[in-house]
Amino acid sequence: MKFVDEFRSEAMAQRLAAQIARVAGQRSYQIMEVCGGHTHTIYKHGLEYHLPDNVTLVHGPGCPVCVIPTGRLDDAIAIAEQHNVILTSFGDMMRVPGSRGSLLDAKARGADIRVVYSPLDALNLARRNPARHIVFFAIGFETTAPSTVMTLLRARTEGLRNFSVFCNHVTIIPAIKAILDSPDLRLDGFVGPGHVSTVIGCRPYEFVARAYHKPIVVAGFEPLDILQAIYMILKQIAEGRAEVENQYTRAVTREGNPRARQVLNEVMEPRASFEWRGLGSIAHSALKLRDSFAAYDAEQQFSLPGIRVADPKACQCGEVLKGVLKPWECKVFGTACTPETPIGSCMVSSEGACAAYYNYGRFTKEQLRSSARPSS
Amino acid sequence: MDITDDDGKRLNRPQRRDIQTESISFVPPLIVPEYNDAAKPGPRAGSTLQEQVLARTERARMRAPVLKDDLITLAHGAGGKATHTLIEALFLEHFRNSILEQLEDQAVCALGDARVAFTTDSYVVSPLFFPGGNIGDLAVNGTVNDLAVGGARPLYLSVGFVLEEGFPVCDLRRIVASMQLAAAAAGVQIVTGDTKVVQKGKGDGCYINTAGLGLIERPIRLSAANAQPGDAVIVSGPIGEHGITIMLARGELELESDIVSDTAPLATLVSRLLDATLEVRSIRDATRGGVATVLNEVAKASRVGIAIDETRVPVREEVAGACELLGIDPLHVACEGRFVAVVSAAAADKALAAIHGSRYGSKAAIIGWIKAEPTGLVLLKTQFGGTRIVDMLIGDPLPRIC
Repeated sequence: MKFVDEFRSEAMAQRLAAQIARVAGQRSYQIMEVCGGHTHTIYKHGLEYHLPDNVTLVHGPGCPVCVIPTGRLDDAIAIAEQHNVILTSFGDMMRVPGSRGSLLDAKARGADIRVVYSPLDALNLARRNPARHIVFFAIGFETTAPSTVMTLLRARTEGLRNFSVFCNHVTIIPAIKAILDSPDLRLDGFVGPGHVSTVIGCRPYEFVARAYHKPIVVAGFEPLDILQAIYMILKQIAEGRAEVENQYTRAVTREGNPRARQVLNEVMEPRASFEWRGLGSIAHSALKLRDSFAAYDAEQQFSLPGIRVADPKACQCGEVLKGVLKPWECKVFGTACTPETPIGSCMVSSEGACAAYYNYGRFTKEQLRSSARPSS
Repeated sequence: MDITDDDGKRLNRPQRRDIQTESISFVPPLIVPEYNDAAKPGPRAGSTLQEQVLARTERARMRAPVLKDDLITLAHGAGGKATHTLIEALFLEHFRNSILEQLEDQAVCALGDARVAFTTDSYVVSPLFFPGGNIGDLAVNGTVNDLAVGGARPLYLSVGFVLEEGFPVCDLRRIVASMQLAAAAAGVQIVTGDTKVVQKGKGDGCYINTAGLGLIERPIRLSAANAQPGDAVIVSGPIGEHGITIMLARGELELESDIVSDTAPLATLVSRLLDATLEVRSIRDATRGGVATVLNEVAKASRVGIAIDETRVPVREEVAGACELLGIDPLHVACEGRFVAVVSAAAADKALAAIHGSRYGSKAAIIGWIKAEPTGLVLLKTQFGGTRIVDMLIGDPLPRIC
């Protein structure tokens, strides 16, 4: 595929890998990729194969599905079970466990829940079904929030009255800060999120370098992008620098997309706080609809249980999201918690660290050396 | 699930004991020197915590599945893990007999002196008509292929229609006409049938069930449990075209492309392959769950590892592009006219040449090799030079594709 294969070249990877090994030297490094999209790329392409043993990747909290707490999922199911409602959701959310099962289970019990690929699909559904009320279960970081906002603006322009949004949009900076403030953290640098940065730009990360003295490199989503970002981080450390750098220059600018932020700001405002699965409540870490959009706000239109539900005790999603534990170090990994029967949401989304590891990485380098590379 | 506890410490006792006391060797070291360099000096599996966790995970995967769900969800029909759980934990538990428990695509039964292959399949594809075919030829080809990949010559088919009140007769005419064409092309006769009509709203236009009988005339036993280290893994053509076609035909994605379904009868192709060599261990058509599911079935049933090379897997550019956009793996996308064959190393080139010479096999390729270990796992060497696991499909990205 044009413009894709170029970013997946094995020869280039080997060259970069050699440079990484040189600059990494002997000491150990832990680098966190914040974004779930990066986690997915790393496992899907087997990127760690090209890293020396002393450079470890830690998978951060940037998977929008993984951070939705049980209580919010229960609220979504409560909405779906209301008379005459069609709940629309991204496919990834369908198997996330709530306290009474997942959206898939609610659908099997009779709720009308449909998978959409964009909030505009939900809007189409509202146009085609004027007698039903369509709710869009909105999740995601600043990457997807603008598309939710544009959909809301269009709904208002068209005067649609049977459409609303259950807003669970979160923001990345407070989460990164929460991780940096976590006492049990040992990280040497960050691979910064790429698509979020197309909207927010690179400036908001400056506190990471300034206040916490950690390098952060915004990276694209192809495996060579990530490998190059890792090299840039290690090089900063070797040269005693801690800066915000941009590897993803083909999509991200320092200023981001001011127009997208402006419309976002017109329609949404920060919540006082929001609960993240595994991480607990984080101040100003999520968005809600402004009062002027109350008619499109499912939280205002429906009475919701709104009960905070504790994470399952056996589940260590929080430690995994903070990078304190590797996915396989969780007590229930691979036995009680698997992608078919997930306990925590990290095991659900393909961007979740546990699911990515389970689906793609469930072997050791030793096993690899001892067997199954295709013979030529 | 016995996972919750006051302090989270006493969960799943057997596992805890595993961690503390057992030193687990990940796999029994099979010695097949030509294909297994496990004998090289280096750390053995079972020494680190990670390896112990992986061994525990692998045992959990290998355990007999338990059906925990209270209600049937779409995932139970997707051909992935949930389907396997339903089959093994419910159907097989109740129907268990020596033929069924082989869980092949077809049953092989002795009738007098003859070895007969017998299979059935239901078709609920939506939309009923799609580029490259419709539910009718799909229903014939699917059952013909399930017989063919058992090494049988398909002979007779039955057909059962479940029609919804209000379904247009002109659509039914088109479906039936293409069934006859497909049957003629595959050299089978539709010799018995049944029709039911359900009230409007209780069905989705037209569902079809077909069953088929075929004769196994060659002295061969194909089984997913036959693969041996060193064998070659062949796919008979570019993968994922049917699944992507159906997805695009639904018009939900606002993507357009020229891809058409690969639905095709494979009996002639399989016959040519078996004429060329009888050193074929297993053939399965890669329908729901895709090539990945077939490979996992072989790895599990034969207790072998499989190593696949991503750059050797034939995928049309359009399919690769659509999968890239949708975030799905072409290895998980269904085909309706492709098979995965495991062939002895010695016969691999001969087999490939025979497949290449056939109409539906011109783009066939050897995509990888059977390995002694890690048992039960399919590993993919990526284009990027890394390695990852290819597991069975989980969940249901493509409902009702056949």
